[in-house]
Amino acid sequence: MTADQTIFLLCAGLILGSGLMVVTTRKLIHASLWLVVVLFGVAILYAILQAGFLAVVQVVVYIGAIAILFIFAVMLTRKEMLDKGTQTRSNWWIPALFGLLILIGLIFLIIGQPSFGRTATEIPAGVDTLRNLGIALVSPDAYVLPFEVASILLLAALVGAVFIASEKKE
Amino acid sequence: MNFLNDPINFISAWLRGLLTGWGLSNGLTTVIIYLIGITILIVFAMVLDIALVWVERKVVARFQDRLGPNRIGPFGLIQPFADIIKLIIKEDITPSGADKLLYNLGPVLAMASVIILWAILPLSSKVFGVDLNIGLLYLVAAGALGTLSILVAGWASNNKYALLGAFRMVANMISYEIPMVVALLIPTILADTMSVQGITQAQSGMWFAILSPLALLIFLISAIAELGRSPFDLNEAESEIVAGFHIEYSGMKFGLFYAGELLHAFTFGGFMAVLFFGGYGGFFGLEKIGLFSWLNNPFIQVVVFLAKAMFGYWVIMWIKYSMPRIRIDHMLAFNWKFLTPLALVVLVTTAILSKVLAGLPTWGYVLGMFFSNLVIGFITVEIMRGYGRKQRRTEMGLPPQKIQNKEQAV
Repeated sequence: MTADQTIFLLCAGLILGSGLMVVTTRKLIHASLWLVVVLFGVAILYAILQAGFLAVVQVVVYIGAIAILFIFAVMLTRKEMLDKGTQTRSNWWIPALFGLLILIGLIFLIIGQPSFGRTATEIPAGVDTLRNLGIALVSPDAYVLPFEVASILLLAALVGAVFIASEKKE
Repeated sequence: MNFLNDPINFISAWLRGLLTGWGLSNGLTTVIIYLIGITILIVFAMVLDIALVWVERKVVARFQDRLGPNRIGPFGLIQPFADIIKLIIKEDITPSGADKLLYNLGPVLAMASVIILWAILPLSSKVFGVDLNIGLLYLVAAGALGTLSILVAGWASNNKYALLGAFRMVANMISYEIPMVVALLIPTILADTMSVQGITQAQSGMWFAILSPLALLIFLISAIAELGRSPFDLNEAESEIVAGFHIEYSGMKFGLFYAGELLHAFTFGGFMAVLFFGGYGGFFGLEKIGLFSWLNNPFIQVVVFLAKAMFGYWVIMWIKYSMPRIRIDHMLAFNWKFLTPLALVVLVTTAILSKVLAGLPTWGYVLGMFFSNLVIGFITVEIMRGYGRKQRRTEMGLPPQKIQNKEQAV
């Protein structure tokens, strides 16, 4: 087993275990902190796949902004943040069955891929993935249109948020 | 390759030869060498931290017209060790109702969020942790972990003052992250890379502090806000919320927060040196002359880097002990209505000018950049002056009209 595989297995175990804790823990604040661990594990996976930019953006956006917002909102809602009562419903087996079916389907789909079982190719030295990504995002024959549409959408959301939050002038 | 020109690689090659000679596999040897390297870097940072405590206490004493620690050892040099012993043998108190695991995790995370920054800090061209091509983004990501640590510490303490302090700190850090990211983009544009080594090498001829003084100012202000030091120390405003997020921590757990803050300040001083003062280099081309080629020696470079970082640390201390704490609404208004728009204007101007002036000779490029910053700074000051005058006039019940002569000016 190579070092990469060891790290991947440890990391996958961490993600799955923490994901389980997110849905089973009774304290809301603990659930959001376990979610942070899950997101961090995914960032490590990106780093193993030599996508350093994605890994760091994952930490900045998901942990630095979204998870912090979650925790902030949770802290402001209730004083006693403990859930009481049973954590399952009587029909819990239906989504579990669907989940299992999707998992089996995904496993077959991945095994069927031609790239299955191959080791990742090394990015040759001198290729700046970050620069290539940046150029692809703004070049007309690549992703400039989706990029700009997403920017306008975000700007509209920003303006909308400011409009809703601003005090009405009589 | 010899020890004086490339110490780290020399030692690592020697260790590799030794370990593989013992029959260890190549992969395991790499892991062991990296672990040793990481340990040495962390130990270096922590030992430096002890020195920083002494520097901080001596410098603040001078600012406040005192002598500072001077009883134990020459110039009080042994005082930090006495402090450490005191912190270690203090009673370790966990408040009732505290979330034990998170309560203990808080200080560790706070220290770790600083230590991981040292991974990308370029001490010299040969002595550094790793040269990421996303270095500056990594700096922002480490800040996100710092925010998390304070939120966790404040919540887990089960104390309303701690929680209030944590809330204030998070509001502070999240809002000042925006001008900081924009300010970080300016060296990125000027150097055409995000790697800290690349940015340092791009400044061998001219410091970015001269090309873009406004970006330096914005970075300094938002770095102080991110550190939570005065004038942005609302998180521990002792006259309002006693001590903020670390109110319940005692002994070495408090010590970790304190040491983490000092090391964080020094690390930001280091990043200021890297981004705007040429890092370990930046001798304006002096090192290319044969007589001064010793400036390229990694040991000299480490000394130069630490001196520049210490200067940044001193500036942050200077501001801390000269400014009163600002109110929270002023803090937010200053960020959103002043710092963020200014940072965006500087960014757009720099981006356009770096393309327009690219064809000019170096002196034209430098002068153009510098004067564009001066013009933006002048316009900003004028706008602020007009706004302040209008506000003062409305407070006095005068119409916010134009001033006809000097006597009417308020």
